[in-house]
Amino acid sequence: MTESLAAVFRQLSCNADFWSLRLTDERSESYAVRKNIPQPPSLLTDRGAMLTVYAGRGSGYAATSDLSPAGLQSALDRATDWARAGARRSLIDFATLPKPAPSGSYASPDADKPGWSQQDWYELLGDESRQAGCDPRIVDWEATVETRSAEHRYLTSEGGDVTQRYRFVMPGMSVTAHADGDTQTRTLNGYRGLAQQGGEDMLERFGFVGSGRRIAGEVLQLLLAPNCPNGTMDVLLLPDQMVLQIHESIGHPLELDRILGDERNFAGTSFVTLDMFGTYRYGSDLLNVCFDPTRPEELASYAFDDDGTRADKAYLIRNGILERPLGGAISQARAGLPGVANSRADNWNRPPIDRMANINLEPGDASLEDMVAGIEHGVLMGTNSSWSIDDSRNKFQFGCEWGQLIEKGKLTTVVKNPNYRGVSANFWRSLARVGNAATVQVLGTPYCGKGEPSQVIRVGHASPACVFTAVDVFGGDAA
Amino acid sequence: MSANLETYFNDVAALLDRSLAAGEIYTCGLDAETSDFVRLNRGKVRQPGTVTQCYLRLHLINGRRHAEQCLTVSGDLAQDRPAIAAALALLRTTIATLSEDPHLSFATDVNPSRVVSTATLPTAEEIVETALAGADGLDLVGIYAGGPVYRGFANSLGQRNWHEVRSFNLQWSLYHRTDKAVKTAYGGFSWEPELFAAKMTAARERLALLARPSRSLKPGRYRAYLTPTAMEEIAGMLCWGGFSGRALETRQSCLFRLKDGAAALDPSVAFVENTADGVAPGFQDEGFTRPDAVPLVRAGQMVGSLVNPRTAREFALVQNGANAGEAPESLDMAPGNLPTADALSALDQGLYIGNLWYLNFSDRPACRLTGMTRFASFWVEEGKIVAPVDVMRFDDSVFRLLGEQLVGLTAERELLVNGDTYRERNVSSMRLPGAVVRDMAFTL
Repeated sequence: MTESLAAVFRQLSCNADFWSLRLTDERSESYAVRKNIPQPPSLLTDRGAMLTVYAGRGSGYAATSDLSPAGLQSALDRATDWARAGARRSLIDFATLPKPAPSGSYASPDADKPGWSQQDWYELLGDESRQAGCDPRIVDWEATVETRSAEHRYLTSEGGDVTQRYRFVMPGMSVTAHADGDTQTRTLNGYRGLAQQGGEDMLERFGFVGSGRRIAGEVLQLLLAPNCPNGTMDVLLLPDQMVLQIHESIGHPLELDRILGDERNFAGTSFVTLDMFGTYRYGSDLLNVCFDPTRPEELASYAFDDDGTRADKAYLIRNGILERPLGGAISQARAGLPGVANSRADNWNRPPIDRMANINLEPGDASLEDMVAGIEHGVLMGTNSSWSIDDSRNKFQFGCEWGQLIEKGKLTTVVKNPNYRGVSANFWRSLARVGNAATVQVLGTPYCGKGEPSQVIRVGHASPACVFTAVDVFGGDAA
Repeated sequence: MSANLETYFNDVAALLDRSLAAGEIYTCGLDAETSDFVRLNRGKVRQPGTVTQCYLRLHLINGRRHAEQCLTVSGDLAQDRPAIAAALALLRTTIATLSEDPHLSFATDVNPSRVVSTATLPTAEEIVETALAGADGLDLVGIYAGGPVYRGFANSLGQRNWHEVRSFNLQWSLYHRTDKAVKTAYGGFSWEPELFAAKMTAARERLALLARPSRSLKPGRYRAYLTPTAMEEIAGMLCWGGFSGRALETRQSCLFRLKDGAAALDPSVAFVENTADGVAPGFQDEGFTRPDAVPLVRAGQMVGSLVNPRTAREFALVQNGANAGEAPESLDMAPGNLPTADALSALDQGLYIGNLWYLNFSDRPACRLTGMTRFASFWVEEGKIVAPVDVMRFDDSVFRLLGEQLVGLTAERELLVNGDTYRERNVSSMRLPGAVVRDMAFTL
């Protein structure tokens, strides 16, 4: 498919300064068993191309699901019209930008390995569903999976040619229980919180087999549990909450297009300003955060971003000091700062913008047991269930599915509706312990929203468990 | 894409009619658009472009076995014929080994419909030029999205539904400094220069208020006026499963306590899914026609829900044209008696909240929400705006805000056309009043 398209691209006519074609060809299969009833499968074939043109000071794009030579030429003509029409009022002088000519390829682990059959999936999901529906208080439960394969091709008028092939497996498990006027839901690492590149071996890494019964047991505990207490205390955040904390209060505020103001009408701006890079203390000395597109199983690993920039690992925050933003080549030119290869689009029909890709918190040296033992009065929280943060990515409030009190260095009572709030600019400075490699989980989400027009994109986060001191903690209302 | 997409879609349906084997039934949906998107920042053009996309949702049923395939197509049948044939073949293979689905439901009554609204709009280039000229010298950031949107449905029983509208949505913010800005939206089906100019003038006037020194409020409880735009965020949270028949049956809805009579809203509160007066299509994905109106809350009590055909089968309910998500697409909230012009007087002293942002549940069964104030929000004294406020986080229950703490709803409502552009341009809307509340909890 993409070979024939490359031949067509070379035949297209354009008299602009630079033009490129970005094809995405994705196929997915979604299966679910809800309350022991197999749901009908949902299949997707999503294929289209975006043509982007630089002409003088201006740039424009046109995307189409018509991949015929006439359809692509029409899109290229429309993109050229936009580039010329917008040149007079263009925010960026595209004549000064480099014209990419990247060459290379990328493939997910097991990209060419045949995946499980439909029957295999229904058997596994059915088994887990039957295990989950084990109590009359359990009112809804579902085991799901989406598998997806993708081929992305990027071609430029300067001879650039990049092919990247992906395979994703995204299973999910959710159980809801109700009694005495209250409802509690427990999931396996959150809604679509399990999402990785590669094959079905990820199921074993996350204990998917047996998760139905395990999660059902946990949700019944939550149903009987008291509300999380209110107060200022230490919190131990497990990786499936840490990834949300990293995502919202490090990932988004470091996106350079937000700092440059592009997102102010929708996703928002950032409390981080251009002058902070190199000197600003973002967190305690224990805070080390990287942009890392090289971890094979992580959801947003790749070799090139969607503007053709080669992707490498880079520190964003080292020993607590802010080093570099999350900005692709265009934003780097605008800001005069080094960045990373994170200019990305969620599909063929949306243009690349600065996205966070894989943002990982580097492990420290504390075991989980040590971290619990070091807390006199606190609460362990796991699995994000609620997220809200202001448009500058500063004042946040997050909630979790699972809470457990820590008293005098020991885990004690399970508590429901654990929430906490804080301010990004201060919160990371209260990072007191960072878990070792044994506590790390490699998670992610396919649903990070941003942009005008809007996009939902795949992002990955790897994190250890971490301890924060003097956090404002609270629970839910009494039923 | 074909110049006449309706003809193309009818040809696709005819092809599918001819391609079916004995015992097979199909439904087919079409979601397509040709959209101009022009992103703006600092009063200049940041990212202009056009997206032409066409998706078919082909659903094959044989007995009680069925599956769906969504695929991109070019809109030219000669080109798309092999892909459609391949999709049909794949679906046949897929459903052959499936077990029977007890919750399968699809429309068997034939209810054709056709809505075509193709008012002429200025070009995107002209509208953007007008917008930037109108904000000359100001820090404007925003998005223009416009062009035709198409929704179609066909099935092998002969039903054909077509919904085609040419619409636009210009959303822009004028920034004074950092996070101090006025956001305005102008959307619809015909561009009226005078209306746009009036909106821009109003935004400029409000921007001047943001030049005053801002006030930082301490956490606590404040009297507040929520504009219809702020109310849209709260109503949007209720739409996240709140009115879903399935979520109510399984007690996952944030409104299940309202349904159970364990909570109540003020008697002036009423919600209706008002398809007749909305902008969403009058048919849903399985081909069922939507009633003109579905009452959801009346006199503060829950009186109905949105029921998808699958939910109806599962819980022995009556379906009422909801899609799988069972979320309102044309939500109406009844107006109150408070003239909008008197809203600040009714507020007297407290927070004027122009916009809310990034809401989520802090306790879903209690319908307790948290979120931020955003854009033009002000401190009001003696019924007059005195200062912009720095962003504040609220954390409070809808059962309180629209219950015991509700002072009144405005008599005028705003039609808020959804400007979301995730995957495709949204075709839903809400019609909402503003609300004065006696006591709203702010925490950070």
